[in-house]
Amino acid sequence: MITEATRARFAREVAKYPPERKQSAVMACLSIVQQEEGYVSQESEAVIAEVLEMPEIAVHEVTTFYNMYNQQPVGRFKLAVCTNLPCQLRGGKEALHHLEERLKVHMGETTVDGMFTLQQCECLGACADAPVMLVNDRDMCSFMSNERLDQLVDALRTEGGQ
Amino acid sequence: MSASNLKDVLQPFKAGGQQTCFHGRHIEPQIYAGLDGSNWHLKDYEARGGYQALRKVLGSDGGTGMTQDEMIAMLKESGLRGRGGAGFPTGLKWSFMPRNFPGQKYVVCNSDEGEPGTCKDRDILMFNPHIVIEGMILGGYTMGASAGYNYIHGEIFEVYERFEEALEEARAAGYLGDDILGSGFSFQLHAHHGFGAYICGEETALLESLEGKKGQPRFKPPFPASFGLFGKPTTINNTETFAAVPWIVRNGGAAYLACGKPNNGGTKIFSVSGDVQRPGNYEVPMGTPFATLLELAGGMRPGRTLKAVIPGGSSAPVLPAAIVNECTMDYDSIAKAGSMLGSGAVIVMDDTRCMVESLARLSYFYAHESCGQCTPCREGTGWLSRVVNRILEGQGRPGDLDLLDNVAGNIMGRTICALGDAAAMPVRAMLKHFRHEFEAKIAQAQASQT
Ligand SMILES: NC(=O)C1=CN([C@@H]2O[C@H](COP(=O)(O)OP(=O)(O)OC[C@H]3O[C@@H](n4cnc5c(N)ncnc54)[C@H](O)[C@@H]3O)[C@@H](O)[C@H]2O)C=CC1
Ligand SMILES: Cc1cc2nc3c(=O)[nH]c(=O)nc-3n(C[C@H](O)[C@H](O)[C@H](O)COP(=O)(O)O)c2cc1C
Ligand code: SF4
Ligand code: FES
Repeated sequence: MITEATRARFAREVAKYPPERKQSAVMACLSIVQQEEGYVSQESEAVIAEVLEMPEIAVHEVTTFYNMYNQQPVGRFKLAVCTNLPCQLRGGKEALHHLEERLKVHMGETTVDGMFTLQQCECLGACADAPVMLVNDRDMCSFMSNERLDQLVDALRTEGGQ
Repeated sequence: MSASNLKDVLQPFKAGGQQTCFHGRHIEPQIYAGLDGSNWHLKDYEARGGYQALRKVLGSDGGTGMTQDEMIAMLKESGLRGRGGAGFPTGLKWSFMPRNFPGQKYVVCNSDEGEPGTCKDRDILMFNPHIVIEGMILGGYTMGASAGYNYIHGEIFEVYERFEEALEEARAAGYLGDDILGSGFSFQLHAHHGFGAYICGEETALLESLEGKKGQPRFKPPFPASFGLFGKPTTINNTETFAAVPWIVRNGGAAYLACGKPNNGGTKIFSVSGDVQRPGNYEVPMGTPFATLLELAGGMRPGRTLKAVIPGGSSAPVLPAAIVNECTMDYDSIAKAGSMLGSGAVIVMDDTRCMVESLARLSYFYAHESCGQCTPCREGTGWLSRVVNRILEGQGRPGDLDLLDNVAGNIMGRTICALGDAAAMPVRAMLKHFRHEFEAKIAQAQASQT
């Protein structure tokens, strides 16, 4: 369930908008629950709807419209690799394929140990750093040659194994 | 595992800006001048002359201050045009805001940078956030708005966190909040983040998103200046547009115009990506020859030659080497060549590239990002993507190029927002300049079937 600490984080977002416009904080609140719980459950949507005084269905519409909300649980580390054209010209697709082989999954899938979910994504706004990827929505990793991808996977495995 | 542990683990994989921003290869930079990655804080910005423009305008530097009309006149003189892609004159846009509106008005910064090829706003916000804050406060003053939001691309969360830190610094120093520097002018500014929807860069979709809804564009007119955020008068500008304003106030509109070329004032940041030796952001005066920009970006790889350039982000029509080599980098020159300067994202492709493959990736993108509101865009973008893809996969049919042209034509001008055109224009330009590559793929497919 949503803790007091989470509610305090919500309140900080709500305070940015006029008092009668709490709904504006919905995207931030959804990303907060995703950070804390790994995905947006129906239960979280209901709590956010109550806090922001908006219909549950309106919260759900937001969850489903934006690409980065996880509507299902994902692996411990969500890796999203950009393959849009500017990145494709600098090895974005190869980076995705390298991870597919290394993690033994296809894009869109989660490894059997639940450690990694691999996705393809659209422009991250970091095209000159290609190949680029996003880890758990919040951390950009740049210049991801195959060697650096291997280092990253190893480092995350060690971290996640603890 | 705590979040801070994860940060430590990921630290070695972070970009520090050396490659994209602190390479010393800008020409007369105004926005990126003097940055090194560590000097983004308020005190550093002040040491570079930061917040002097605000002091000047509010009269807290001992001078007489500037009126709203003087600000607008200065911006009009400067020739500053919107850096978000459409190049609309900023002074003119700011003059549209109703003067004597009784309620709240808003200023919104569009930092939803998601146009494939563009990564300039990220470096501005990460390494010089206060220049955007100062530009937005000046905008608020000029348009009589006491509140603003900066909508930041959800994918660059670290930039969002940095911007919030910079806002705290500005508030603590009295540059933001109530009664700024004792002038009686108040301005509240907050950061808002997206979460993965390209369409939210379109200004009215962005407003819907700021209101906590799906990011679906509204019909224009009414323009945001009359019906914007929460239905109130609102002006939306790109990050780089706001970042240009403090320099103009300090140095004057004429100096800004002189730095570029007529009708194209100032410097422009170009994000150069693709087949060059040094991809990165390069800030140069408007009107710089394309060849100079290419050279700054390290030129082509050894043994490769320039084939084509998409000069203004993925929505801009492609230009073959022979044409782009003759261009200067400004709105008018690129428009005359049959494309658009757009967001300044220069996507470079060399002689090894297959144009069918390039177009297939772009068409997939637009189909994926269509918000689905208008039938021509929703159905048309999917159709374009499927046909280009089947040509790429060796399943092309003889009538496919006419079909593509027809579908593109049926999207253009028939949609609520410009995403439809952005999907259609690249298709037509590819067919115009590289038709033979598409024909060859289809001929191959036919030959292998018989
Ligand atoms: N920076 C990026 O990541 C991206 C940029 N773009 C660019 O966006 C451009 C299209 O943007 P739009 O906003 O659809 O262009 P637009 O031409 O409709 O508007 C440009 C600006 O001028 C204002 N404006 C135009 N006519 C007006 C009038 N008569 N009265 C009051 N205000 C007026 C609009 O409100 C808007 O702020 C494309 O050229 C493309 O290059 C597209 C995708 C992504
Ligand atoms: C599909 C689409 C996406 C857009 N994305 C952005 C964007 O990411 N950043 C931006 O500044 N403008 C974007 N624009 C343009 C905005 O609608 C608007 O013209 C711009 O923010 C106005 O600012 P300016 O006058 O400073 O250029 C986009 C337009 C369309 C049609
Ligand atoms: S043109 Fe496409 S993206 Fe724009 S409003 Fe229509 S369906 Fe949505
Ligand atoms: S195209 Fe990959 S980050 Fe922009």
